[in-house]
Amino acid sequence: MTQPVSPTRKQQDGPVVTTTRTPAGQGAWRALGLRLDVRNLSLLGVLAVLVAVGGFTKPEQFLDSSNLQLVLTQASVIGVVTVGMTFVITSGGIDLSVGAIVALASVWATTLATQEYGFAGILFTAVVVGLACGLVNGLLIAYGGMVPFIATLAMLASARGLALQITDGKTQIVTVESVLDLGIPDSYVLGIPPLVLVFAVVTVVGWLLLNRTTFGRRTVAVGGNAEAARLAGIDVRRQRLYLYLLSGLCCGIAAFLLVVLSGSGQNTNGNLYELDAIAAAIIGGTLLSGGRGTIVGSVLGVLVFTTITNIFALNNLQSDVQQIAKGAIIVAAVLVQRRTARDGET
Amino acid sequence: MPETSRRGLLFGTAAVSAGALLTACTSNEPKTKGTAADNQPAAPDDKPGKKVTIGFAGPQADHGWLNAINENAKSRAEKYSEVTLEITEGSNDTAAQIGQVQTLINKKVDVLVILPADGKALTQVGLQAMKAGIPVINLDRIFASPQAYRCWIGGDNYGMGLNAGNYIGEQLKGKPNAKVVELAGLDNLELTKQRSQGFADALKNYPNVKRVARQAADFTVESGQAKMAQLLQAQKQFDALWNHDDDQGVGALRAIQQAGRDDFLMVGGAGAKAAMDAIKADNSVLKATVLYPPTMAASAIDLARALGQGKGVGGMAELEIPASITLYSAVVTKDNVDEYLPTGFS
Repeated sequence: MTQPVSPTRKQQDGPVVTTTRTPAGQGAWRALGLRLDVRNLSLLGVLAVLVAVGGFTKPEQFLDSSNLQLVLTQASVIGVVTVGMTFVITSGGIDLSVGAIVALASVWATTLATQEYGFAGILFTAVVVGLACGLVNGLLIAYGGMVPFIATLAMLASARGLALQITDGKTQIVTVESVLDLGIPDSYVLGIPPLVLVFAVVTVVGWLLLNRTTFGRRTVAVGGNAEAARLAGIDVRRQRLYLYLLSGLCCGIAAFLLVVLSGSGQNTNGNLYELDAIAAAIIGGTLLSGGRGTIVGSVLGVLVFTTITNIFALNNLQSDVQQIAKGAIIVAAVLVQRRTARDGET
Repeated sequence: MPETSRRGLLFGTAAVSAGALLTACTSNEPKTKGTAADNQPAAPDDKPGKKVTIGFAGPQADHGWLNAINENAKSRAEKYSEVTLEITEGSNDTAAQIGQVQTLINKKVDVLVILPADGKALTQVGLQAMKAGIPVINLDRIFASPQAYRCWIGGDNYGMGLNAGNYIGEQLKGKPNAKVVELAGLDNLELTKQRSQGFADALKNYPNVKRVARQAADFTVESGQAKMAQLLQAQKQFDALWNHDDDQGVGALRAIQQAGRDDFLMVGGAGAKAAMDAIKADNSVLKATVLYPPTMAASAIDLARALGQGKGVGGMAELEIPASITLYSAVVTKDNVDEYLPTGFS
């Protein structure tokens, strides 16, 4: 998308120097960078307001490096899931099975049999289970012709059922020291928890993949207009398969992080992650109808939700108030986003 | 002596104060796998009497406690050669569970034991069974009408909170301005409100103790870790913590470990094996747990058998079984953990 546009801008650059107020020039400028920035800025604004509220109500506990560690750690599991979800939504799809895949992967990775293989066994199992579920999703959607909503809904049900069957409703406690150690302060690198490092790496890789590679441009093209993408020579089916694989991979990584964080595997893990991930991606500025996605926005969306939870907990407000506020913030953020989007187009 | 142990559950006060007496009855191999019912001899009058078919309908065993309920019921029924147990597939869906109970009615079982997914919603089918001449033992979640059951047996949520509060109050006696934190369970369940109410009422007995914060998790390890991490950040110093549920307690303990805190005492709830192991090992902040005993399912089978054979329960003068039995929420500490360990569920 970007490549065909940038030459036209360069061509215009010559005349634009003399007639600086050409609307076309401004429009192109906006379309390229500014519009995304404005959208992210509005979310940054929300985050700034939240930080101000937190700093004002509970200065001692909120403005504290340990609290920053806490917020980022709590954001890392759902954050990794959201990065994968952003790709799927950008391509015009949806993945309702992310929470169930996280549950299944975390449970599978913590059975007594898996734990015998130690750190590598747990990590390997989590990632492979995530990938396998993503593969099934991808095949059903890309080659089986199923609607993503239905295919991933089916995966949600089956994966949760399988997770329950594996655990038999029991909580599986992890006893592998090397895994548990990753979650405690001794393992922090320069004060950064390993979980947050993984989240950061996934975010950067995701950003590069979406914005700087053919894979990313194909994803946007498929989401914008699948038929046009096909006519332009993109193998739309294979692209879709890869995208659900990617989402499954993210779920596998998230499941491993969750095992480290909670020191256990339980079939109730990842409860309603699908909604949290979709909500974060949408308020971040990714279009639910596809064709536009932003990793930075998604990560900001996750941070907004985690920060709200943090501020509410620090102020000892109860979960009912928290849920109401969460709903209100989704509505507000999407309204702001619609406004900026409309301004950008006219 | 087995009826002593059962009476211990019925007359809970004795269970706590006469811990030493009870040890004699249940102290055999605390490490053996299996449920409490496995380790307890069957009721004393177990000369195989009249044949009894008991129908058992429960919710889906999707977490440790409900799983233990099923296991307790099954292993208790196996103790009696004349008892046949017809156990249905567990379901959380009201309509499905009604169908299952109706099937059991049509099969003309002698006695029904029902643990409803939702007590109010299953009242009608309870009435139906009673009208068809099949006595119903209502397990734990109570029906809306006493006409729908012959006998109700269940746990005491208010009592759980009360005993947890009193135990903490006693431990903090003489400590000025003692601070207590509460990690509650799923807030939209009535039982959580009852537990919190009991806890608050008990703390009123101790003017030096004040509850400074309360957050609600949702019975999962993941939520326990997340909410506890926030509570620890919010409260830099406190003296005691009551956690409603040992399943989420696994996550809470993980958060405490991650925050490197050990400046307070923690009391759990429900009585999971992992929690009891930790209490016995005495190497964490967890010093006690308040029971919500799943052995109630084994007792329900005893009651159903007595009903089917037209006799009362051993150890009581009554000719009939009682109409209502509320179990005692004993406090398990290091001193009496050995006798309760066999009842711990995973």
